[in-house]
Amino acid sequence: MKPVTVITGRAIPLNRSDVDTDQIIPSDWLKRVERTGFGAGLFSEWRDDRDFVLNDERFQGASILVAGPNFGTGSSREHAVWALMDYGFEAVISSRFADIFFSNCTKQGLLPVTIAPEKASALLEAVTADPSLEITIDVARGTIEVPAIGMSATFTLEPFTTERFLNGWDDIGLTLRNEKDLTNFEGERPAYLPTTA
Amino acid sequence: MAEKVWEAHLVHRAEGEPDLLYIDLHLVHEVTSPQAFDGIRLAGRTVRRPDLTIATADHNVPTTSLDLPIEDPISKKQLEVLTANCAEFGITCFNRGDANQGIVHVIGPELGLTQPGMTIVCGDSHTSTHGAFGALAFGIGTSEVEHVLATQSLPLTKPKTMAITVTGSLQPGVTAKDLVLAIIGEIGTGGGMGYVLEYRGEAIEALSMEGRMTVCNMSIEAGARAGMIAPDDVTIAYLEGKEHAPKGEALADAKAAWLAYRTDEGATFDREVFIDASAISPQVSWGTNPAQVAPLSSTVPSPDDFADPAEREAAIRALQYMDLVPGTPLKDIRVETVFIGSCTNSRIEDLRLAASIFEGRKVAEGLRVLIVPGSHRVKAQAQAEGLDVIFTAAGAEWREPGCSMCLAMNPDKLAPGERSASTSNRNFEGRQGRGGRTHLVSPAVAAATAIAGHLASPGDLS
Repeated sequence: MKPVTVITGRAIPLNRSDVDTDQIIPSDWLKRVERTGFGAGLFSEWRDDRDFVLNDERFQGASILVAGPNFGTGSSREHAVWALMDYGFEAVISSRFADIFFSNCTKQGLLPVTIAPEKASALLEAVTADPSLEITIDVARGTIEVPAIGMSATFTLEPFTTERFLNGWDDIGLTLRNEKDLTNFEGERPAYLPTTA
Repeated sequence: MAEKVWEAHLVHRAEGEPDLLYIDLHLVHEVTSPQAFDGIRLAGRTVRRPDLTIATADHNVPTTSLDLPIEDPISKKQLEVLTANCAEFGITCFNRGDANQGIVHVIGPELGLTQPGMTIVCGDSHTSTHGAFGALAFGIGTSEVEHVLATQSLPLTKPKTMAITVTGSLQPGVTAKDLVLAIIGEIGTGGGMGYVLEYRGEAIEALSMEGRMTVCNMSIEAGARAGMIAPDDVTIAYLEGKEHAPKGEALADAKAAWLAYRTDEGATFDREVFIDASAISPQVSWGTNPAQVAPLSSTVPSPDDFADPAEREAAIRALQYMDLVPGTPLKDIRVETVFIGSCTNSRIEDLRLAASIFEGRKVAEGLRVLIVPGSHRVKAQAQAEGLDVIFTAAGAEWREPGCSMCLAMNPDKLAPGERSASTSNRNFEGRQGRGGRTHLVSPAVAAATAIAGHLASPGDLS
């Protein structure tokens, strides 16, 4: 993945809780065997509604999604992350993320930012009220700043995840540094364990 | 128990890094794997352990006659790509029509590949199903699928543990599905985030393996990546004689190892939840997330019943989407389609239960009823027992195995506004087809609803 250090941009408010991955990218889109082009399917059922926030011109070009709690629940489809990134999002802010979605974000370089519920609600309100608000997210410092309204918040990632974002490290490459440990482990697995052969 | 399985699979541990865990079994299907295989090819890597990997086609496959071609060209291509990828990398693959084909979470256990104490992953969130055997099993994204293909391991951060102790016993007519829906209603869609759940207590021990799989399957609907149940005599009896289960001396070794994975007396958990099984009645979901459930005997709730503003807001949206009026008795809700199937409820025991209700009765006028077995083996067993005859005599459709209307990736879909009673696991907006409205229920309630034409329990039938 590409290194991610500082993200600066405007945000789109998605004031809904429990946004599941079936909403983010409906299953019809999952038949594709490519990794690109999913942006067109992002929230596609909701986008049919003219009043849906993604259709609001004032928010066009925003790179940060501010969502309600429990974002990304349900299916493990990484297509949800591909769709958000393909659409142009670089970060998602919520007070709570579903585990698999969060993990998928960190593998692809979409920054999942968890902030306190009251901060998340305040940010949703502020962004809804002013689509031009500029937000800066600093990965190394773990901070969100909205200078125009004097708002700031902090978030934490595991130190190793932070390093991966900052350096754009490839997980498989990192794991293969432990090739010897893997081979040793394989030599000691119990004989009763099944194989598919 | 989760802790023991974790430590037994530790390949590498270093300060400030996630643990590297070995993966004993990697299940693969057509939807979340093509981009992972592409990644392997692009990087010039190979599949490290094809002998610990198995693939099947399930999400996309039509469930109509195997003699008919697949009409959707994109689905067809995805299935062809799965076959080609598996052939290229030497992975056993059960494609459409194969005697071993079926829903990935149904075939693992029935082949005996799912065993206690194993680490099992799949690019599918319902991998939690396999935790019913005391395995640490969880869903992964496509990047992780690629990682496991390349290295047979995953870097992971240890989750917290939550014990869900279910005391007492379930009332007659109340199933594992009702139990897990009630648990999700209790802890919420986010309650299990960051945790591995361990279901325990006498009501859990009393469940069959099929029932335990139903419970663990829906752990993800409570936000937990994995749910586990301690292996015991029921687990061992299920595994004995299965194709890939150990035999002879290896079985004796395995049994001792399996039982040693059980949680120690006095072990502590990060969180504990207690549920009284005897207080649970048949459940039905009324909203658009699986925590929006209520007893079938009750009424559609009002948004005012929820103190939390986010939950109230979610209830308003859900009632609007579901076109329901607060105060309506749930049993007054009429449905157009009934779906019995999915990795939650498509095993032989589920089909036997449904058949016992369909026997000698007729599906209500105008209702569409799809019965989709979880695998070809389940299908063959059901037919050997004559269940298919009972279903078709009642007016239900007996289909080929697959995920089918659980997620509507194949032609089995709800039309906009169409309402279903479904034994699947997700009632999200549009999950069973754009604009479709889903009520999650047990196989018993699904069958009774098919006959009554409105949400009903078997006790409501004459």
